[in-house]
Amino acid sequence: MNAVREIPAAEAPPKRARKQGYWRLVTRQFRKRKQAVVSSFLLLFLAVLALSAPFLAGEKPIYCVYQGQSYWFPNVIPYKALVSVDWSRWEPGEGERAVRPPIPHAPERSNLRNRVGAPDRVHWFGTDDRGRDVLSRVIWGTRISMTVGFVATGISIFIGVILGSLAGYYGGIIDAIVLRIIEIVLCFPVFFLILAVMAFLPPSIYNVMIVLGLFGWTSAARLVRGEFLKLRDSEFAMAARASGLRDFRIIFRHIFPNALSPVLVAATFEVATAILTESSLSFLGFGVPPPTASWGELVSQSQLYLHRGAWWLVTFPGIAIFITVTAFNLVGEGLRDAMDPRLRQ
Amino acid sequence: MKAYLIRRLLLLIPTFLGISILSFLVIQLAPGNPVSIRLMKMQGTMAANSVPAEVIEKTKALYGLDKPIYIQYGRWLKRLATLDFGTSYKDRRPVLEKIGEALPVTLQINLLSFFFIYVFSIPLGVISAVKQGTWGDAITTLFLFLLYSLPSFWVAMLLMYFLGGGQHLNWFPIYGINSLGAEKMTFWPWLWDRLWHLVLPTFCLTYWGFAYISRYARSGMIDVIRQDYIRTAKAYGFSNKVVIFKYAFRNSLIPILTLLGMLLPALLGGSVIIEQIFSIPGMGRLGFEAILSRDYPLVMGILSISALLTLVGLILSDIFYALADPRIRFE
Repeated sequence: MNAVREIPAAEAPPKRARKQGYWRLVTRQFRKRKQAVVSSFLLLFLAVLALSAPFLAGEKPIYCVYQGQSYWFPNVIPYKALVSVDWSRWEPGEGERAVRPPIPHAPERSNLRNRVGAPDRVHWFGTDDRGRDVLSRVIWGTRISMTVGFVATGISIFIGVILGSLAGYYGGIIDAIVLRIIEIVLCFPVFFLILAVMAFLPPSIYNVMIVLGLFGWTSAARLVRGEFLKLRDSEFAMAARASGLRDFRIIFRHIFPNALSPVLVAATFEVATAILTESSLSFLGFGVPPPTASWGELVSQSQLYLHRGAWWLVTFPGIAIFITVTAFNLVGEGLRDAMDPRLRQ
Repeated sequence: MKAYLIRRLLLLIPTFLGISILSFLVIQLAPGNPVSIRLMKMQGTMAANSVPAEVIEKTKALYGLDKPIYIQYGRWLKRLATLDFGTSYKDRRPVLEKIGEALPVTLQINLLSFFFIYVFSIPLGVISAVKQGTWGDAITTLFLFLLYSLPSFWVAMLLMYFLGGGQHLNWFPIYGINSLGAEKMTFWPWLWDRLWHLVLPTFCLTYWGFAYISRYARSGMIDVIRQDYIRTAKAYGFSNKVVIFKYAFRNSLIPILTLLGMLLPALLGGSVIIEQIFSIPGMGRLGFEAILSRDYPLVMGILSISALLTLVGLILSDIFYALADPRIRFE
């Protein structure tokens, strides 16, 4: 932290070329870190899983012939003619066909006759306290975790960048105020604060994302502030000022792109934290409201059924959280190392 | 030093006011408040209906929610300054008294955690930094990252399943902080019983901080090792041991110790889950139950007390920093 970033002494090449060169350099450095590369493929896999959830798990068919009519993708397209069909009961009759997702269980379809069932050939990951398929819920839970993680991070990075850049660029009284606000937020046990706010608010996934975003911006703000402190007196910023550009333009068009790398790193870590916090909230029953599938909610059921040996309720969703959070953290670490000129190999 | 101290203490005032404002904003969300009613309408839910009218009336009266906003805030500020948070809705006991009973339990677990976190993470971080780039360092770093990514509630459930509760190994108790009938024990057996109960919860709080601080210890040490004065010390021909322990280690220690202030709110927040899972009558569980039963005075009391405690921690760590590192005073 104390070491000043080294600035190459050679004459600066044209701006555009240097910009491309920087990201190519970062990519090359990033590829050298095996853990980070493996983790980024893992994240890609999770993203595909989240996006294609209706094609992997659900009771609505991907293609079906129903009463002489053929329908493509009733799992994602709400056909009017199919509204009244109860897909959990429907079996293709004569002249009818259906291609269902490989895991033919909807995440919210309960079956009270098969509560807390151990993994078997029908339910690969077992069933939960309402007889819902755990594998299906884990897959659909990926969507929730990813959405909460990215939206919450988006909000907190947005706040952090605005406050951090204003503080770093203007300094003085604005800097002092922003630093005080950061200190105030740091004083609160954030998890308890979020819990209290969530308890006051009506349960909804949007509230989870907003509250997580509103309390997670401090680290991004401090990073951006530090970068702006370093960059505001650099030659290119002075040149921009000398040519009479407005502050807004200098901050966001000239300095901010140069402070982007630490923001990217902070964002990656923040996604991991947000996913972890969302699952903890859901574990305590204050996260995503039921019956929406959430990893934390599945683990929380194990509190009641673990003593009866329901290991699948704690194992599978727990591993899902662990893998996702680890992957985001390792990618963040890889990015940070790749962007740090002192660590270049 | 004196000037720095005065300046730092003066900064307490805006921070305290900020804490009061942020917690005041939380009250604004309480049912019976115009703001919260508007919020509920906006989101199309009628959750306000699910709160008993009695609670709404009591909350209105307690915080003067029907008065103009500046009077409300003035009242809240006065409550905060005098630490008068009213009485709990549940059993009508003063909030401060309930917190006074729960706080020592949480502090016991947290102090134990602090101790173990620092005892293990500083040597590990330093060794890892000195051996930077070796296989051992790479494996340690990966291990710390994995540890850091483990959700504490999951670890707690797994520990309960495998090490307690009689499913597999019945090594540790998983409920409460003492066995039944512990009050009849003499001191040493009682202490042993207490510590035995705290093993699993303390572990759950410790492993995360351990991973967190170790990484800081490592990167702090790496930063110091790169400094000119370390190169100079090496050039003078001091042995590696002397350079690392006498010159590098001490300097890398300072920023890590000041993280104490940052760790406190994180651990207090983590206590909510751990105390809930292990049924430990501390601040976390008290707060969570207050939230569940909409015991607003208690929620606000716990929120404010933890924030004020953390503020004291932050100030102490800043002063400590200034004492240990003379460079900071001449900023």
